Formats: sequence, structure tokens, C-alpha cells
Amino acid sequence: MARLNAENLATANEILSRYPVKKSAMIPLLHLAQEQDGYVADDAMAHIAELCDVTPAEVVGTCSFYEMFKRHEVGTYLVNVCTNISCMLLGGEELLHRLEDKLGIKHGGTTEDKMFTLEDYECLAACTEAPCMQVNYRYFHRIELDEAEKVIDDLRSGARTDIPPHGTLGKVRQHIPTGRSAGIVPPEQANEAPVWLPAPTPEGEGS
Amino acid sequence: MTNVESTEIEGISVTVNGAEVLARPGELLIDACERNGVYIPRFCYHPRMKPVGMCRMCLVEVDTGRGMGLQPSCMITCSPDMVVETESEVTKKAQDGVLEFLLINHPLDCPVCDKGGECPLQDQTMAYGPGESRFVEEKRHYEKPIAISDNVYLDRERCILCDRCTRFAKEVAGDPLIHFQGRGNGTEVNTFPDEPFSSYFAGNTVQICPVGALTAKPYRFQARPWDLEEVQSTATIDSVGSRITVQSSRNKVLRYLGVDVDSVNWGWLSDRERFSFEAFNHEDRLADPLVRPEASMGSAKRDQLVTAPWSTALRRCAKALQDVDPNRIGVIGGARLSNEAQYMWAKLVKGVLGSDNVDAQLGDGLPADLVLGLPRATIDRACAAGGTVVLVGPDPKEQLGALYLRLRHAVIEDGVQLIELTPHSTGLSRYATHSLHPRPGEAGALARALVGDSVVESDIAGVAAADVNAVAATLKAGGPVTVVLGRSSAAESEDAVVDAAVALSSLDDVAFLSALTRGNVHGALDMGLAPGRLPGRQPLATGSSFSTAWPTMPAEAGFDTHEILQAAADGRLDTLVLLAADPINDFPDADLARQALENTPTVIAVDLFLHESAAAADVVLAAAGPGEYAGSFTNLEGRISQLNQMVTPPGTARPDWILAAELAFQLGADLELESPEQVWAELADLAPIYADVSPAALEAAAVEGIVVEGTSLFEAPAPLEAVSNDQYALRLVTRRVMYDQGTVLAHSPSSAHLSPSPKVALHPTDFERLGVAEGSDVSVSSARGAITVSVLSDSGVPRGSAVMVSHLEDARPYELIDATAVVNDVRVEPVA
Repeated sequence: MARLNAENLATANEILSRYPVKKSAMIPLLHLAQEQDGYVADDAMAHIAELCDVTPAEVVGTCSFYEMFKRHEVGTYLVNVCTNISCMLLGGEELLHRLEDKLGIKHGGTTEDKMFTLEDYECLAACTEAPCMQVNYRYFHRIELDEAEKVIDDLRSGARTDIPPHGTLGKVRQHIPTGRSAGIVPPEQANEAPVWLPAPTPEGEGS
Repeated sequence: MTNVESTEIEGISVTVNGAEVLARPGELLIDACERNGVYIPRFCYHPRMKPVGMCRMCLVEVDTGRGMGLQPSCMITCSPDMVVETESEVTKKAQDGVLEFLLINHPLDCPVCDKGGECPLQDQTMAYGPGESRFVEEKRHYEKPIAISDNVYLDRERCILCDRCTRFAKEVAGDPLIHFQGRGNGTEVNTFPDEPFSSYFAGNTVQICPVGALTAKPYRFQARPWDLEEVQSTATIDSVGSRITVQSSRNKVLRYLGVDVDSVNWGWLSDRERFSFEAFNHEDRLADPLVRPEASMGSAKRDQLVTAPWSTALRRCAKALQDVDPNRIGVIGGARLSNEAQYMWAKLVKGVLGSDNVDAQLGDGLPADLVLGLPRATIDRACAAGGTVVLVGPDPKEQLGALYLRLRHAVIEDGVQLIELTPHSTGLSRYATHSLHPRPGEAGALARALVGDSVVESDIAGVAAADVNAVAATLKAGGPVTVVLGRSSAAESEDAVVDAAVALSSLDDVAFLSALTRGNVHGALDMGLAPGRLPGRQPLATGSSFSTAWPTMPAEAGFDTHEILQAAADGRLDTLVLLAADPINDFPDADLARQALENTPTVIAVDLFLHESAAAADVVLAAAGPGEYAGSFTNLEGRISQLNQMVTPPGTARPDWILAAELAFQLGADLELESPEQVWAELADLAPIYADVSPAALEAAAVEGIVVEGTSLFEAPAPLEAVSNDQYALRLVTRRVMYDQGTVLAHSPSSAHLSPSPKVALHPTDFERLGVAEGSDVSVSSARGAITVSVLSDSGVPRGSAVMVSHLEDARPYELIDATAVVNDVRVEPVA
């Protein structure tokens, strides 16, 4: 839909400055674009290509490799229901069908008000907690059918505000103390050991 | 590590299928096996690209001391005492399994697939694969085909994800506009939405695709491989002389394929080379001679050209040439001809008619004495590791595609340093160590500063002193220097390039690779189609062997193209011969060319098409085009390679060398040459540099051809004075691009619509000074005229220059140029 806006462009430039090779910033920038629009728009990818000095085809190549980068518009809340074996045995498919009825869409679809996108997901890596569901990648373990409906109702009515919109990034930025920061050095120029590694002992006469 | 003896052996001993073979140090196992007669099947591996191990087809059993195990032979370098089994049961089972996997999703549509019959997947499935499929599930389906560029179509369901096209795009062409998308079973090759794979080299991906996934529009559904006849030849559209295979069916050329030649094009072609055959199949090709009825000659309104028999046309030509003062004859062109035809025409004009007013270049080249007088370099010398390349010439990416790929590879992979001294940035600028853009006309001053001993303290030719000193230091650091020398802008006099070349020739260990771009122009210079020159790189001045062997000889050096046209325009010529030349469109002074054609009593054109200049001629002789005659071609290195005949010319069109012989016969002379063999026999006798060249020797030299050595003396002219600039004016720079509207490209359906829209490009900071807005229409004017085009901002253009693409229909910068001036200034003003 859109290129990065002025505020995000400033953040993007800050991200770019952390890497010796611009291309390395591609994935963080894709996250930023997804936070802006809720998905990664074509224009945003073209913008990232300019920023990283690569072609848009290379950006789409990386972006499309990752399932969690959405290249088409999704709802504010992305609901993933697992139907892999453990969940299937414990009612995952019923859960999916109940939510389809509730939202009035088929899995893979988005509601008209752009609030919810429902997806039939492969294993969510919580087989002991089946049936399992995620809303914007927040887990709901051993969820009952009525509970799931309530989650939807609460999100829709605004009674539940603990789940941020799809694409929102964690607000705690990584912080590395200066003493332990390797600094920005292109890999081919990094001839010293990283600061966090103890200096290697000089080679002896052989063991 | 302690074994000193092992470093002395020439090869690495490897046991392949029980037999010992010697591999070269660092050689990949798959190459070592192939070189020793053991072919390992493969899809993704390509010898001109880095291995990736994508397809797993080349799995073989390898024991490097840890026991036998399957390893991809394209990813493993040979090591001492390696034991390899390429035909064991385990290897066979692995290959069988890989093919079965590849065929899970590959459609079995071979009967309707263009690749069927020449398909590595088909062939290797027959040779190594399972007899039948065990899969009954449904295969992938995709929309088919999708056009990933104007000329390349992609059928995604046939793709086996070998990474060849995507690697080519990134590694070789440097245009990574196609990429793998998605993951797992859904992986596909595709472009970014609405951004096509518009690389000048996209056609190569079709040739290297190991399945029928990528097809070229001009060849789709045209023929089956088993119906094709083929012959090796040389691409003639530019002067690189890329080696090609010409394939035809039913007397029609259908496809050019690149041939891997170590010293020239490495198997790659630009799309202009690859698809140029379309023009020669075009229905507008001249099939018969045309003559303007004699009755109307001389009157203001002349009759139309009409088809005539060859005897009539040739008699008319003879009449116009017989008993004419040699100084009143002019011949322009000849760069399209084969070496043999060039020699025959040189002999006809210089040796029979006695005229030296012959020039194969159209005022957009360099003096023959300079090109033939400087020490010559080969492409291999330019690209050798440790060297430095100085580019003083046109953008290789736009004009000499195969050379661009070689230079790009040399800079990226072999650490060759590239220094540009060009009037604007080029396709190689992003790879250049230094990119200097001297003001037009002042390249010589810059070159003198670069080779001089003193440190420069002020700007030279608009280039900052610091940059000048940095480049000077680089050039003095040692190592061989190769200057790629050509004419980048027709709006700047050739004297400026000569000036720079003379200065650079004083460097140690320097050689020059000519970047004149017009087809066989180097053959033309070698064969004497230039004023003051004789064949065999001999100057006219010395008493040469030709003066005794030829019936006559011009008394003194004649006119170059500009002087010929000027003489013709002044009514000082009786007959003007256009040897495949279109001066109205090609000469950088269109007005002068038009007047010249109007004021000459008889104009004879020898050509493939009735272009603007030929249409103004009185006799038009229909000539045979590439692929329609046998002969040879001289590329920019001086490398002679064979041209072979594949099809017959349209109608009664005849090869150029036969036309020269026929004309001589009509004039009552005899060139005494009846075949290309006889031409070479005569040349070997008369010109020492051709002592070892003959059709048999060229046949024996096969794809590599023969590089002719030998230079003549060149006298350096005095340095050029800088020309001051009118401060409201901009220096005009013209350039040519890969797809312009030159005669051949305009007749190639695949390329004709790819030409850019005409624009004038300025440096971003010049806009405000001139009061023009980006994208708006501006008037570009000189004393000669004015044209209106839209204006474009380009930071690759230096301040104070205005760059226009020539050879586009709608805006012709050649209308603005005064060819006698060293530089041409233009005003750029908003259109009222």
C-alpha cells in the first residue's frame, strides 16, 4: 500500500546505520514495514530495495521466504488455528469451523471490517496444550470453543486490549553495552577477535 | 603439510572408476571427470558460474579417506588420493532418485514443449532416470506462460529450481531482477510485481535453462530441434565478434545461440546480438536492385526507384564510375561487410578506380592511423588479474554487451581496477575504482595530468584535483594498463579522444583495446577502407607491395567521410557510393549528409534495407546479409573468425564481394578474385601480417579465430587547446544505447519497441540555473537548429553537460551538431 512514512524512514535509517552492509538490514526493515501497514506492501518492498541498495526482486525473494511476513492485507487480528495431529485429535478442526461460523469467513479469509483474518495453521509447537490457537502469535492453550468465541467478542468490542495489532514490534530495543559491542565492521575487515570472546592463547609448540 | 614433494606435482591424482586421472589444483571434481572423459549428469552446474549444489543430480560416491559417501561433485574440489565412483550401484540409485523427485512436479508435456529434443532433463531422464513414474498425485499448476520480460517467457511448472537463470542474473549480468520466491514446494522463480527482467542479457537465461521453463518469444513454437540445421559463425551487429551458432529451418534463420569461447564471449550474448537475426528475415529486406529512371535525373522532381535487372543496375553504376576523375568519387561505409568483401571493394576503389576517398566510419569513430598505430590489446589482456583498465570510450553495457560482461567479471572476480574517463557515468561506473567525467573536449588535458609527474593542485577539465592525483597514483602503481579506447560522443571531435590516447600511450606497459562499435569496422580499417590506408595495416604513403600488384594506386591520401560529404554538398563529387551506410541518420551532421546526397549526380547504395539515405540514391544494389554468405570477421581485438553461410539471400540479392567483382568487370577490369580463398591467398602474398591467415587456418583455429598482430607508425598531433564555454550554454554529449532505432534494430520485432523515449539528461544542480523543471519539455538548440524533448535529472551527468541519446526517431541530436567543431554547445530553455 505504502512506502515507509517519514517517522519510519528515520527509524529505518537508524537501523541501516547498525550494519556494515546495507543489505543486512533487509529483514528488520521488512518488520518495520509490516508494523506500519499490518502487512508488507509492494511499495514498501520497493522502498526497502532502494534503502538497501538491492533490487525489489531480491527483497521479495527474502520476504516471501518467511511465512510471518504477510504480503497481502490481513486483519488487525490474525487468528491461527492448529489442525495438525495433536490438535486435530483434540478438536482443532471443530475449533476452526466454529470460528469460521462465528466470523462468517472461510479460513484464509478476512472479515469485511478488516478486524480478523483466520488461518488454518500447521503445528504451532504446543502439542501438549492442544487444541491450540494464536491471535497475533499470542498463544491460547487448551482452548474451549466458547472461550475462543469470547476472545473474538472481547477483541471486537474492545474489552480486551492486551493484544496489539498485527505487525506491532516489541518496543524494547536491544541494548549492547559499548564495552561489549563489536562495532560496525564489514566482515572482510574484521581481523580481530570479537570483543566478547577471550583473546586466544598464542599457539604453543603443538600438543 | 610436511610433504614438500607433493607441491611439485603438476596435477592431483584422483581415482575415477578405478582409473587414475590428474586433476588441476583447485579443480572441481565434476570438471576433472568431464575433462577426462567421464561425464557426470548435472542441471544446476554451469562452468561459467559459481557452483551451488542445488539440483543434486551430480551426486557421486567419493572417498576422501573417511569411507565412501555420496557428495555433489560440483561442490567438491579434487584432493589427493580421492577415490570416486560415478557408475556404482549407490551412485546410480541416487541419480535415479533425484530424477524421480525432480519429475514429481515437472510436467510430462515434452511433445508440446519447445525444449523437447534438446532438453537436458529429458536426455538425462532417459540416460540415468527411472523408466516410469510411481507418482499418481496431481502436479503443480501455474498460469502459463508469464512474460518475465519482453522477450523471455516463463512456464513455472516446468522449472526445476536449478538457480541457473537467477545466478546468471546476479553473478554474470549484475541485474538481479529475477529471484526465487516462496519456499518449499511453492518455490518459484519470478520478478517483482510489474518490474520485468529487463536485462540486456536476459536471452542468455533461455539458453542455459536446463528445462523448457524459459523460452524466447522469437523462437517459441517455431521449430523442433531435430528439424534445425546449424553452422557456427560470428555475430556481426557489434564489434566484439561473439561466436554464435546459427540455426535455421527451411532456409530461414530461427535462432542464434552463444558459443563458449575462452577468449571472447564465454558463451554469453547481448539480446541485441541474440535476436538480431529477425532483422535479416524481415520482409523489408531488399531482394532486387532498384534504379531511378534515367529520364528524370537532374530534374527537381525525380521519379521513384523501380526494380531493375542486375545488368541494368550494374551498367548504371559502371557508367557513373567509368572515366571519372578519381578525386570526384567518394565511398562511405563498409563496416558491415565481411573482410573479403572489404578487400575487394578496397581493391576496386583504390586499385582500379584510383580514388582514395574511402571511409568506413561515419564521423563517429576514430582516425584509422590512431587505431592501427597504437599497441593493441586483447580482451584477455584487459581482463587479466592484476591489471588496470582505463575506459575512454562508449558505455560497453550499451554498445558492446559481451565485452561489458567480460570487464564486469574481471573487476568483480579478478580484482582488475577500472578507471573511467567518460563524459558521463556508464553501466560500469558502479564497479569502477574511479569514475572521472572530464568536460567534453578536455579529456586530453585530464589524461596528460594523469600521466604527468607533478601533483595537481587545481581542477582539471572539471575534475577535482584530489581525484586526479588519486588516479595518477593508481596508474603509476604498476601493473599492465589496458585502455579501452573509443568515441563516446559524436558531439565531441575525434581529436579530443586522440589527444587523450596520445597522453595515455606514454604510460609503462600500456596497450589499447579499440572500442569502435560498428560491426566489422576493424576489418574495414585493416583492409584499407579508410583514407590513406591500404590493406594489411599499411599506410598509403610507403611504396607497398600493393602498388605493384594493383592496376593503379591513388596519388595521395583522400577524404574522410566528413570531407567526402562536404565535397559532395559543394558539387565537387560526381559519384558517391554508400557501402551499407546511412549518413543521413548516422553522420553527426544530418544537414550536410542530406545536401551531399542531393548535390551528387549519381549516388549508389549497396544495402540490405531501403533506409533514408538509400531511398535518396539513384541505384540501390541489394546485398546479402549475415548468415547468407561465407567469409570472415575481424573483431575489436583484431581477431579474425569465420562467418558461415546458413541460408540463401532474399530474391536475387548478392554478397558484397561479388558485387565488387561484377562492377570491376563492368568497368573492363578484372579483380582476379573469384572466391574468399583467393582473397586470402592474395593478401598472404601482399601483406605480411596475413601470412598465416587462410580459410583453412581459420577452420583449424575453430572458435578461437586468429588474432592478427602488427601496428603501423602513428604520429601524435599537437595537444588540443581547451575551448571556452559560453556560460549560459551546456556542452552537448551524444550517446548510443543498446536499443535505439538504427536500421537493424528497427527491423527486429523483438527489439524495435524497446528503444527509450528521447530525453535530454542534465545534472540535478543545473535545473535551477536554467529555469527548467524535471520532466517538462525543453528546447535544446544550437546554431544548427532546435529540438524539443523532455528533460531528465541524472546525477551521472556532470554539471554543465547535456546528454542526449542519438539514433531515436523523434529527436535527433545529430541535427544540432557541427562536425567541424571540437565541442558543441547547446542552450536548454523551457518551452514557452
